[in-house]
Amino acid sequence: MAQRAVSVIAALFVAGLVVGPVAAVLWRGGGFTALSTADLDALQFTVWQAFWSAAISVGLAVPVARALARRQFWGRGALISIMGAPFILPVVVAVLGLISVFGGRGFLNAVLGPLGLPRLDVYGAHGVILAHVFFNLPLAVRLILQGWLAIPSERFQVAASLGAPVFWLLEWPMLKRIVPGAFAVIFVICLGSFAVALTLGGGPRATTVELAIYQAFKFDFDLSKAASLAVVQLALGLGAGLVALFLARGDMLGAGLDRVVRRWDGSRVMDAMWIGAAALFLLAPLCALVIAGVPGLGDLPGSIWAATGRSVAISLGAVVLTMMLALPLATRAGEAASLLGISVSGLVLGTGLFILLQPYVRPSSVALPVTLLVNVLMSLPFVLRILRTGVEGAKADYGRLGASLGLRGWALWRIAYLPRLRRPMGFSAGLTAALAMGDLGVITLFSRPGQGTLPLAMYELMGRYQMGAAYAAALVLVAVSLALFWVFDRGGRVNADV
Amino acid sequence: MLTFEGAVFQQGSFIVSADFAVSEGGVTAVIGPSGAGKSTLLHGVAGFVPQVAGRTRVQGRDVTRAAPQHRPVSMLFQDNNLFPHLTVMQNVALALGPRLRPARDVRDRVEEMLDHVGLSGLSDRKPAGLSGGQQSRVALARALLQDRPVVLMDEPFSALGPALKDEMLDLSVSLAQGRTVVMITHDPADAGRIADAVIGVVPGRALPPVPTQTFLTDPPDEMRDYFSLL
Repeated sequence: MAQRAVSVIAALFVAGLVVGPVAAVLWRGGGFTALSTADLDALQFTVWQAFWSAAISVGLAVPVARALARRQFWGRGALISIMGAPFILPVVVAVLGLISVFGGRGFLNAVLGPLGLPRLDVYGAHGVILAHVFFNLPLAVRLILQGWLAIPSERFQVAASLGAPVFWLLEWPMLKRIVPGAFAVIFVICLGSFAVALTLGGGPRATTVELAIYQAFKFDFDLSKAASLAVVQLALGLGAGLVALFLARGDMLGAGLDRVVRRWDGSRVMDAMWIGAAALFLLAPLCALVIAGVPGLGDLPGSIWAATGRSVAISLGAVVLTMMLALPLATRAGEAASLLGISVSGLVLGTGLFILLQPYVRPSSVALPVTLLVNVLMSLPFVLRILRTGVEGAKADYGRLGASLGLRGWALWRIAYLPRLRRPMGFSAGLTAALAMGDLGVITLFSRPGQGTLPLAMYELMGRYQMGAAYAAALVLVAVSLALFWVFDRGGRVNADV
Repeated sequence: MLTFEGAVFQQGSFIVSADFAVSEGGVTAVIGPSGAGKSTLLHGVAGFVPQVAGRTRVQGRDVTRAAPQHRPVSMLFQDNNLFPHLTVMQNVALALGPRLRPARDVRDRVEEMLDHVGLSGLSDRKPAGLSGGQQSRVALARALLQDRPVVLMDEPFSALGPALKDEMLDLSVSLAQGRTVVMITHDPADAGRIADAVIGVVPGRALPPVPTQTFLTDPPDEMRDYFSLL
């Protein structure tokens, strides 16, 4: 029964952390009096950009996924692995990569300019959509690829021997089933986009509701307005989240994509083109970032290293707290409860926490703990999804053996269950660490300049147009994020007797 | 010894009833078609499946409501008898307490028991480094070291080949001397080989034990269908 008590305490803690701020937001912003035309424009832009980001991502993902599903080539496994990387790639890093390719002084303009072609500009509505496609195209490819690989290879053999149209017979029914869910998931992700809008958007035509919340804080110092906008974002997120929950299929972190189905249709050249274009689109910004960032590494200001230290501390703290909450919550009910948190965006939680804390403490003095807590809430749904099957499997396989040996409570977990969970725990701790390391969200509401995390310090560098230093800092950030992920994930694999 | 007084065990919507006594110190086989409730009966005795009616006694003591770890029984499961991440020493030492670094005297007792089951010098290995037969011996060593008067065996050797299975059954019975062994099998030959008595299980009901020879030559009416299929 002691175990049940721990679960209940963990559940109440998580529920309180979500419900408290949401209640504060509703209480403060429930009147809707403060909504202006600009706010309604933000609402409209949010939905519009989310729709197009999702549509373009999914539309491009279909041919790429089909090509990957039916072609075997050198580097295929690596490419599919890289498609999982944007999940842990810090948003600011990706944005800087895109700027270094598509920006005013970027690589593409350097090539196109002499040819007399018009100059590209990455800032604005199209930049926001470009960045969202960069992040979500790989996710869409992986989701749709799962659908393709789920079609039994025998059916392709039957279709080939009959000379039947593979698309209408096999692929169209699969796409009809998978694509709406993939679209919905990406739509929801883009609705809550903050860091991309903060760095590439802004202005009357490219402000999302999340960005408007930030602006209400920073430019208007208007907490009521921020709260009203947070209510709008909350309704948006919950509504779309519910729809996505019904439509979504497949596993966002799914494994087992290393199989190729032998097929007898399709053009080899077209498939190669799609795969090549997707790989170029995803890899070029990262390569350009390395080229742009390395020269500045030598003379990074000391403040960047201080910010790195703060980020690492938040990241490790988030890992510890997330694991402490996730293990007792790794049940079906716990996972369902944590999903509530995912449709409440970080900025909405931040606004609520700000309202709750402001009467008692100076917000900037709690910037780092609040960032840590919000990151824990954001990671929990993913972590629980990863851990739950492991926990349930360990209990099913070894629960009775443990009980017959008299193992109970902590001893049961220490001796029987935790060693069985090393791999999923290592993987999910790595995800949590990388997500917290790269998060640029709630910290922007609370922190004062020069005292924030590494992503915030990078944003400040971008604001001062110190792009060389920003590129170099981006390299530090991506290196530390990947290193944290690698260390935890590796720690879970080494010497694990499964 | 092991006595069921109108006992009914329920797992989900499935129930199995038993109302008889198992004699002390012998080997009793449990035979019946799959899905009839053999495992449910054994797991009920071990305390994993709730008892919804009647009483179960071991050596006169009422264990109907006792938690698994407080019952005077040890159990060999069908699979997952060993923790893959622990060494042979750690796995067996758990019989004597929840310590991963067992004390000197515990280590000595474990080594002694490993000698008995023929596993000298393997205490530092992990299960993955052992053959299937050796893994069975580790599990048997632990069950014996628990030193409980009743040993329940839920077909722990069913994954082994026929010769190895016979060898393990013989070893189990000779080492469990003096304890009451109740073992599930789907092979009447196993029962003929080592069991003194047989409990037949038909869907939902365990029949009172019958001497093995009687059971095999003249099975209870309820079991005739089952035997005609063998």
